[in-house]
Amino acid sequence: MSTITAALGTDRARRRRAALTALLAAAVAGCVPFYFAPFQVFQLTMVLLYAVALAGLNLLVGFGGQISLGHGAFFAAGAYAAAVMLDRYDTGHLATLPVAAAGCFLLGLAFGVPALRLRGLYLALVTLAFAVFLPPLLKRLEPVTGGAMGLTVDKLQPPAWSGLAEDQWTYFVVLGVTATALLLARNLLRSRVGRALRALRDNESAAEVMGVRLSLHKTLAFAWSAMFAGVAGCLYTWVIGFVSPDSFSSVLSITLLAGLVIGGLASLYGPLLGAAFVMYVPSVSQDLSEAAPGVVFGLLIIAVMFVAPTGLAGLPGRVLGAVASRLPRTTAAPATAAPDRTPEAGPAPSTPSTPADPAVADTEPVGAPPRTERE
Amino acid sequence: MSAVTDLLQQAVEGLGSGAVYASLALALVLIHRFTGIINFAQGELAMLSTYVAWQLMASGMPFWLALPVTLAVSFAGGMLVERIVIRPVRGAPELTVVIVTVGLFIFVNALAGLIWSFTVKDFPQPFPDGGLDLAGVRVDWSTLGILGVVAVVMGLLYLLFQHTSAGLVMRAVACNPASARLSGIRVGRVLMLGWALAATVGALSGVLVAPVLFLEPNMMGGVLIYAFAAATLGGFDSPVGAVVGGLFVGVAETLTGAYVHVVGEDLKVGVPFVIILAVLLVRPQGLFGRAAVERV
Repeated sequence: MSTITAALGTDRARRRRAALTALLAAAVAGCVPFYFAPFQVFQLTMVLLYAVALAGLNLLVGFGGQISLGHGAFFAAGAYAAAVMLDRYDTGHLATLPVAAAGCFLLGLAFGVPALRLRGLYLALVTLAFAVFLPPLLKRLEPVTGGAMGLTVDKLQPPAWSGLAEDQWTYFVVLGVTATALLLARNLLRSRVGRALRALRDNESAAEVMGVRLSLHKTLAFAWSAMFAGVAGCLYTWVIGFVSPDSFSSVLSITLLAGLVIGGLASLYGPLLGAAFVMYVPSVSQDLSEAAPGVVFGLLIIAVMFVAPTGLAGLPGRVLGAVASRLPRTTAAPATAAPDRTPEAGPAPSTPSTPADPAVADTEPVGAPPRTERE
Repeated sequence: MSAVTDLLQQAVEGLGSGAVYASLALALVLIHRFTGIINFAQGELAMLSTYVAWQLMASGMPFWLALPVTLAVSFAGGMLVERIVIRPVRGAPELTVVIVTVGLFIFVNALAGLIWSFTVKDFPQPFPDGGLDLAGVRVDWSTLGILGVVAVVMGLLYLLFQHTSAGLVMRAVACNPASARLSGIRVGRVLMLGWALAATVGALSGVLVAPVLFLEPNMMGGVLIYAFAAATLGGFDSPVGAVVGGLFVGVAETLTGAYVHVVGEDLKVGVPFVIILAVLLVRPQGLFGRAAVERV
């Protein structure tokens, strides 16, 4: 990996630009709840919440190259942890977040150990079987989980001093958690852990020979990823105020994977785009027919895998790369195209760096920190 | 009824559902042998075939005529799926192929809902009512029929693979696609044939299970998990293993549901999960599979 040569954080202009983008994004995100109707604010809150789960799944699938068809189960675990705490022990909302996070981290760790021995396809099998098994299990544990009826708990309530409506306060709280989670995911991926994961994904044997501890990193990847899903589940309970086994069927797990693939695997912004899909595709196409969301999702997944393995997040980069490679080099050097390009537009797990996007492959070695920030 | 006959009765019923899992597992194994992938959409393709059969019968065709037509349609459908959906990602990493089959799963499921709606439909039972009485254990004709169909399919597949030239070619491709291609075999066509066979065998499982589960787009979701367990137990590259695994999973599921009260009827779906996990941890290649040795 060529990360050693890449200068970390010394580029002042880059930092300033990043800070500016972050400020701008914060400003836009801060204004949103005052300009939209409560229902739309609620939908945006759900997008943010799904983005946390997808960021976790992205750690595992996009960067770790392990397939999980059972992340809905961790999502459910987080949601139920929060709901049970609120319902039985009346702990207050804030206390549920660390418990859900830590609990799912441990659950992921426990799952990560057998996952070590299961490569690719088999891991997908086990996680799917787990996702199918969980709803009946939740129904069975009725004294704690409320059985098939589920649990109804308090939603987040705005404190009096804030002067905000319920939907606005919820939005800001979820925004805060999501921003923290995405930042954490980003930093995690830029650290040793992220480099180790990518190395393992791209060539397990070579990475091991170079001293990357396979078992440690693969197990940890599962644990981190489960933790993100658990946090998202906890937020779900805060926002919806109701959990039931049927909200977390295997369809949720499959939808999460679908959203991530469409948003963009191994991309930092893919989860946000994917989350928008998870939220809006069903609600928009449901008007057409009950089956429409599935048709759209199914076709999009296959199409994305065929033509744009980097997903929506990678699309601008691929298009720009294709354009740039057709223009004379002097007028459109890849570096000038960089500000508009998504970081990590380089080879996703599914694409060996194909000659289709030479500009991308040339300028962005895998594992190098992204050059620019883009919202 | 004595405890022993009760146990035998449960086991017989388990064999009946096990035979259905076996036929879907057989389809999974066929595809895995040829392409090395696990087709997550196998159950949904079977469901689609079952709808075709239902549609044919709804337009007045008798069952025993609708069945061969359905199988032919499934055969052609399997070829098309391979050519259109799977061929473009041949040689791509596992992750890509799995995601494509998951996409196909979602698409086919929704497509069936779009065409035939999500309401549950009756599916006629092809076998007569009643059954045999063997020392107090009642064996329904439908159970015997399903077991018979699966046995016949096994026999036909055995004849095809071991005693025809097409089978020889298919085995060559499964064994080593690159060498097969170099010796003049058109690997693409053989893969299409493999998918077609799998879709046909899968279609049978759908038609066999539909009278019991009733026809709806999500009918095969549960069956697929059991078939995964069956194929994992038997070994993903062994057709015999798939059948033995399927029967075992069916019996294990029924007995656990009936006798282990902690599990009961509602948590039976935990059985395949435990079987998959246990087999993969203890003997990942399954009972009849060969351990893959990889050169790196």
